[in-house]
Amino acid sequence: MNQHAFCLGSRFLLVAALLSALVFPSGSTAQQAKPWEHIPIPQLHAFHPQQPKRIELKNGIVIFLQEDHELPFIYGSVLIHGGSRDEDPAKAGLLGLYSQAWRTSGTASMDGDAMDDLLEAKAAHIETDGDEDSTALSWDSLKGDADQVFSLAMNLLFHPKFSAEKLELAQQQEATSIVRRNDDEDGIAGRESAKLVYGVNSPYTRQPELATIATVTISDLQAWHDRTLKGQLIVGIYGDFDPEAMEAKVRAAFEGLPPVTAAPPRHDEFAGPKPGVYFIDKEDVNQSNVQIVALGIDRHNPDVPTLDVMNEILGGGFGSRLFLKVRTQLGLAYEVGGGFSLPYDHPGSFHVVALTKSVSTVDATKAAEAEIAGLNTKPFTQAELERAKDDIVNSFLFDYDTKDKILDESEKLEFYGYPPDYLETYHAALEKVTLADLTAAAKKYIHPEKLAVLVVGNGPEIKPPLDALGMGAPQAIDITIPQPAGPPPAAGAALQ
Amino acid sequence: MRQRLFSGFPAIFLLFALLLAVSAASAQDLKSFEKRITVNVLPNGLTLVICERHDAPVFSYTTFIDAGDVNDPTGESGLAHMFEHLAFKGTSQIGTTNYPAETVALQKVEEANDAYEAEYLKPVGRSEQKLAELHEAFLAAQAEAEKYVIPNQFTEVAEANGAHDLNAATGLDDTQYFWSMPENRLDLWAWMESSRLSDVVPREFYKERDVVMEERRMRVDSNPIGRLEEQFFATAYVAHNYGRSDIGWPSEVGQINATEAMAFHKKFYVGGNIVIAIVGDVDPETALPVLEKYFSRVPGGPRPEDMTTVEPQQFAEKSLVIREQTQPVFLEGYHRPSYRDPDDAVYDAISDILSNGRVSRLYRSLVEEQQIAAEAIGESPVPGERYPSLFMFGAIPLPGHTPAEMRDAIHKEIEKLKASDVTDAELEMFKTRTRADLLRGLDDNQGLANSLAEYQTRYGDWRQLFLQLDAVNKVTKADIRRVANKVFVASNRTSAEIDTEPPAPAAKSDGGAQ
Repeated sequence: MNQHAFCLGSRFLLVAALLSALVFPSGSTAQQAKPWEHIPIPQLHAFHPQQPKRIELKNGIVIFLQEDHELPFIYGSVLIHGGSRDEDPAKAGLLGLYSQAWRTSGTASMDGDAMDDLLEAKAAHIETDGDEDSTALSWDSLKGDADQVFSLAMNLLFHPKFSAEKLELAQQQEATSIVRRNDDEDGIAGRESAKLVYGVNSPYTRQPELATIATVTISDLQAWHDRTLKGQLIVGIYGDFDPEAMEAKVRAAFEGLPPVTAAPPRHDEFAGPKPGVYFIDKEDVNQSNVQIVALGIDRHNPDVPTLDVMNEILGGGFGSRLFLKVRTQLGLAYEVGGGFSLPYDHPGSFHVVALTKSVSTVDATKAAEAEIAGLNTKPFTQAELERAKDDIVNSFLFDYDTKDKILDESEKLEFYGYPPDYLETYHAALEKVTLADLTAAAKKYIHPEKLAVLVVGNGPEIKPPLDALGMGAPQAIDITIPQPAGPPPAAGAALQ
Repeated sequence: MRQRLFSGFPAIFLLFALLLAVSAASAQDLKSFEKRITVNVLPNGLTLVICERHDAPVFSYTTFIDAGDVNDPTGESGLAHMFEHLAFKGTSQIGTTNYPAETVALQKVEEANDAYEAEYLKPVGRSEQKLAELHEAFLAAQAEAEKYVIPNQFTEVAEANGAHDLNAATGLDDTQYFWSMPENRLDLWAWMESSRLSDVVPREFYKERDVVMEERRMRVDSNPIGRLEEQFFATAYVAHNYGRSDIGWPSEVGQINATEAMAFHKKFYVGGNIVIAIVGDVDPETALPVLEKYFSRVPGGPRPEDMTTVEPQQFAEKSLVIREQTQPVFLEGYHRPSYRDPDDAVYDAISDILSNGRVSRLYRSLVEEQQIAAEAIGESPVPGERYPSLFMFGAIPLPGHTPAEMRDAIHKEIEKLKASDVTDAELEMFKTRTRADLLRGLDDNQGLANSLAEYQTRYGDWRQLFLQLDAVNKVTKADIRRVANKVFVASNRTSAEIDTEPPAPAAKSDGGAQ
């Protein structure tokens, strides 16, 4: 499942909450008239989000069917446990190679190129994808082509034939992104700050290298495939189909599989960053990318609703303290924000970002740090609490306003083993967050002395220097791209 | 090619995500849309397009201003985008504790800025001491005006009322404002949106200018692809504003003042230059009187005259090379006509056949067969569509391969296109995919609002979103060869590349903070 660094998590709202007639204005500031408060807000039209039909097969595989007849398309996907965090570290990058080569290789009866020709002529797609904790096979087509595309997709799921040629192609593309990874300031800042939080070789931060991707073979891909396919699969179908016929078809494809093996529980534990200032010099930029990080928590923690509200107050959008101070009032950044990422099954991070011109690096960092520390010293106000809750509660509807979003949410909860009513419970808890909760959570989770600061920027331009942050001498991080041992391939030599 | 008020998540590492093809179209069910769409032109010239979709109690809107950075006056590049940022700063009623007093204070800020700028721009005899004093005076005036500000109140009210995906985007061609909201906030939205269109206040202007300068540093100065593209377009155009930095040259966007921004607003934010599309759970019968009441506040006035500049025909091949330590990239572009050209769909066909997906000619040739590139594209129109634009090719070399190899391989594909017909299967695939893509795009309220507003503006009729499929269906193999032979010629070409230089041998500090 995709995890965005600053995802504030899903938001749920009972429809009733939207019926609240008037929004609470935030202003304690003197203002003569607030005409917008006199504009009537009628009752929201009744809304009954359509839940997908959930079918659990005897072998443990779960199917969701979500009908939507507005447009003549059918979409499907199979979500599979296991992602880059589960790779053999010596083969870091395997997941990326697998998720590309799986599709481009094709099957014994139809290679990937032939499949491309056939599908594209019908404006249909079958794709494979992978990320941190899962891989997925997905397909879509016009309704009339759906049977054929489904059977091709099932063939690719159950009978892939990995090709050495397509693996090599994937390796070349991965090598391209490895040798280019230091061209992108934002990319450097993102990955190196994550390493500060989780450690350099953690399952969440180790990176593919030229040497590790070179060791991956097609038998590694086949082994990965065979292993992960034994886990619990989640099948989702969305679109313009007949529910009975579709259920029969999907059952027939998956019912015969052996009972699934549950994924072993995770025991991710991290020490968090070593406090201090870290620096990466990049001579071709005139803006510093400042990352302020600490270790966070995972979504099972009962404090999550409170932290969600705190995120909104600290760094969520236009009304937040960081935006107001660093961007609006100081004009020091275009991009500024952050908070706790609250992932579903492992500790997240606390992560604040500000992009500022070289000479204001220290000022912007200090201003952002002051807002973080201020969570403990500058009392939360009732207006802030109400605004944050209104933001979250009133826009919740947009997690549920289309049938495909509802399906995605159901699959996600199933994947991470959360109860189907998780969002209702979560929403109820969020509504109950108080000022005292915020104060207590800030005390518990915000520790300015434990923060690490990473700056990627143009060293000679940064004046005053980073010592002025008063966090000790900056520690340089070496981001040189390791070259594989032995003679490099002739073609690649010139570039490094 | 588009600046936003607020950045989203970083794009993936390759540049070409920026250059989405304008997806051409189909006519699934024009009739069903005709039943659900209402168009109203208010007396001030402002057009409202309402599309009913009652699936969920929400709506999305797009306010489409037919003015972008291509319309920035000379010496003021970046102005349209700067104004877009200003449109979030509130009005005489939102964001202020005392508007009459604030107006006086803002006038003083403007005078202080003028005085500072006059001294700063003196070609001879500038006094550094006087400049410092004037800067102090400016900061004092600014601080005085800020006393009346309730910062970010406009966006705060919107967000507290459930505004979702609130943002705005300025391109060379146009400026768009958009968000989604629960349907019971339609009146509130109409009040807010019409307020900022008609009653904008140049509040916190100079702080926001600093913010935009940071946006420039992020998108262009500190980004190898951003630097390359800016130089590429600046080289390809000699006369037309498509060659000018869209976010603005630093010296120009850095000196735009509030008076100039307000003049831009007065000229371009008139009813005849604005289309607003609303898609969602809206009943036009009850909504229209409310919308009419609020949006009639937008000043009327004719559409501003279009620019006279037409890019002269290129007759000299041009190329530029950036030598730096970043990895190699290759781009080249050929001038092509605007979207109104009868061959517009032919360019779409060429782009589709050359670079849409793993079946495309450039992928199969450069990526799969020759194995010299990680990615290769051929797309148009860039950097805009309103005026004659470019058909752009580009490729990201694999390690060890060079921009020159990319160029040669791309030229081979271009020559093939000129010398022999595309296959029936390729042409048919283009038409099928175009139809399907149009259909797929219809299921998203915000996407549909953007499309309806854009087509209503560009063609005077949203139906063209569907009717353009006729032109797509008429594209022939001969058309493709004819257009390729006309456009893809050396004298019409501009190329740009990054050549990787080894790091300078001189020892360099690694601390950056001595």
